[in-house]
Amino acid sequence: MKNLSLLAALTLALTLMSSCSSDASAGRTETLTLTGSSTVAPLAAELGVRFEELHPEIRVDVQSGGSSRGIADARSGHADIGMASRALKPSESDLDATTIARDGVAMIVHQDNSITALTATQVRAIYTGKVTDWSEVGGTPGRITVVNKAEGRATLEVFLKYFGLEIQDIHADVIAGENEQAIKTIAGAKNAIGYVSIGTAEVDIEAGVPIKLLGLDGIAATTAAVADGSYPMARPLNLVTFGTPSPWAKRFIEFARSPKNADLVLRESFVPLSTK
Amino acid sequence: MSGPPPGYTRPVRDRVLGIVLKSSAALAASLVLLVLAFVLGEAQGALSQHGLAAFFSGADWYPTQGEFGLLPMAAATLATTTGALLLAAPLGIGAGLFNALVAPRPVARFHRALVEVLAGIPSVVFGLWGLVVLVPLIGGGDHSGQGLLAASVVLALMILPTIALTTEAALERVPAELLHGAAALGLGPVARARRVALPAARRGVIAGLVLATGRAIGETMAVLMVAGNVVAWPAGLREPLRTLTGNIALEMGYATAEHRSVLFVAGLVLMLAVALFVVLAGLFGGAPELSSGSPRA
Repeated sequence: MKNLSLLAALTLALTLMSSCSSDASAGRTETLTLTGSSTVAPLAAELGVRFEELHPEIRVDVQSGGSSRGIADARSGHADIGMASRALKPSESDLDATTIARDGVAMIVHQDNSITALTATQVRAIYTGKVTDWSEVGGTPGRITVVNKAEGRATLEVFLKYFGLEIQDIHADVIAGENEQAIKTIAGAKNAIGYVSIGTAEVDIEAGVPIKLLGLDGIAATTAAVADGSYPMARPLNLVTFGTPSPWAKRFIEFARSPKNADLVLRESFVPLSTK
Repeated sequence: MSGPPPGYTRPVRDRVLGIVLKSSAALAASLVLLVLAFVLGEAQGALSQHGLAAFFSGADWYPTQGEFGLLPMAAATLATTTGALLLAAPLGIGAGLFNALVAPRPVARFHRALVEVLAGIPSVVFGLWGLVVLVPLIGGGDHSGQGLLAASVVLALMILPTIALTTEAALERVPAELLHGAAALGLGPVARARRVALPAARRGVIAGLVLATGRAIGETMAVLMVAGNVVAWPAGLREPLRTLTGNIALEMGYATAEHRSVLFVAGLVLMLAVALFVVLAGLFGGAPELSSGSPRA
């Protein structure tokens, strides 16, 4: 009985304790909050760690939740800086975007697929269901499995915008959430096609995942082609602010753009800002 | 045990325990209401703007374009759950019967340990296995393989241990006299299991199936990885579909404002469906047992 009551008291105490635990940010008096794109978040987190080392008085808090969330949070003031892995839309012109790196989106297929490049017209025909067999675009016959991204993902928005499609036009066989889910789906289905961030795909190909990047409109999909600006389906990775940014937000954005931190951009397989 | 003697006062620690347990119980119960209130509050925006009918009229789901048909996803949840139960129930009940009635002690203990390990495997591991092993098998090279069958198989693996362990526990509680009596009457193992053990353990077995169904309805990550996630009516074993939970997981992190509120309506529908199911299961499982109740009464 004694043990039981002890256990019960302990349970209650733990419940209360966990509900009012505070984060251990001893010594750091101010917090800089970034929310948004899950593509930018890992880079922002790395930048944040380095920024905190230089400025012990500030804590950088990075939360991932999609580009739309980042823009909404920047506008509402929930976040000091929003992260967006796409350019701002005309309806978002009240915000200021600063590009900190670039990334390309490329079509990918299984390694054994005989196709090496597609034109924009062909991709459009495949994704709208007008072309359903690889033989119709010059490949070995086989029914095409179309892999699309879930609504709200910046990769989907970049794709739709580039090819001039509406989401209702797309006839998908599989809808993937994360880049990795799309890549694993395609690695397991010989006749599938999808699109992902070039950086992510290059890292996976190096690790031996059986996929390959397709050229688009005659230009090979490589981070180098994104870097020199020749690859067409590229997107900026942006930090977004609303109104006059706070002094810390301003310093962080300058810090993120600094060539001294380009190594972090490369480590995340993105393309640093070119010097041109 | 006799009652307390006159002038007896309960020790402080007993009273403390009483208070602690009462508050724990109150906390647990109020959590359900808090969650319901929160979900209702978040869903309220979309509900007042579009009305409940908008979510049950169309079959298209383009939440950023104002189309919110939830029915195909509700049907998908029903289909994957049914598929998983059809696969897992016979296997699970069979495994429970084997352990409780047929297997020698050491074999039963080893087998139970294996099933318990299966129960402890995180769902995302099942999903990953499904995505890299099962799906290519089902697809056979010319198809993605993601769809109803893959989702049902993965779910079945996840609920199998629940069914097996609860069935076994229910069978263990069947009084030995009943089984001995049946054996003395000359009933073979099949008749003993079918006519005596299972009817007597019926309530426990159904409780296990209810638990398993609840998990199958709520499971998200593993299904998300193998179901294909296209919003469509269930049309075939290899055709893709998107469950209600999968939909929320896929879009919630990326949804803002109205889209977010719409997803909470989906969550509300899911909660009500589970509540309805629990009530129905209680009515069904609580019916009088086939055997003449407790043999000791």
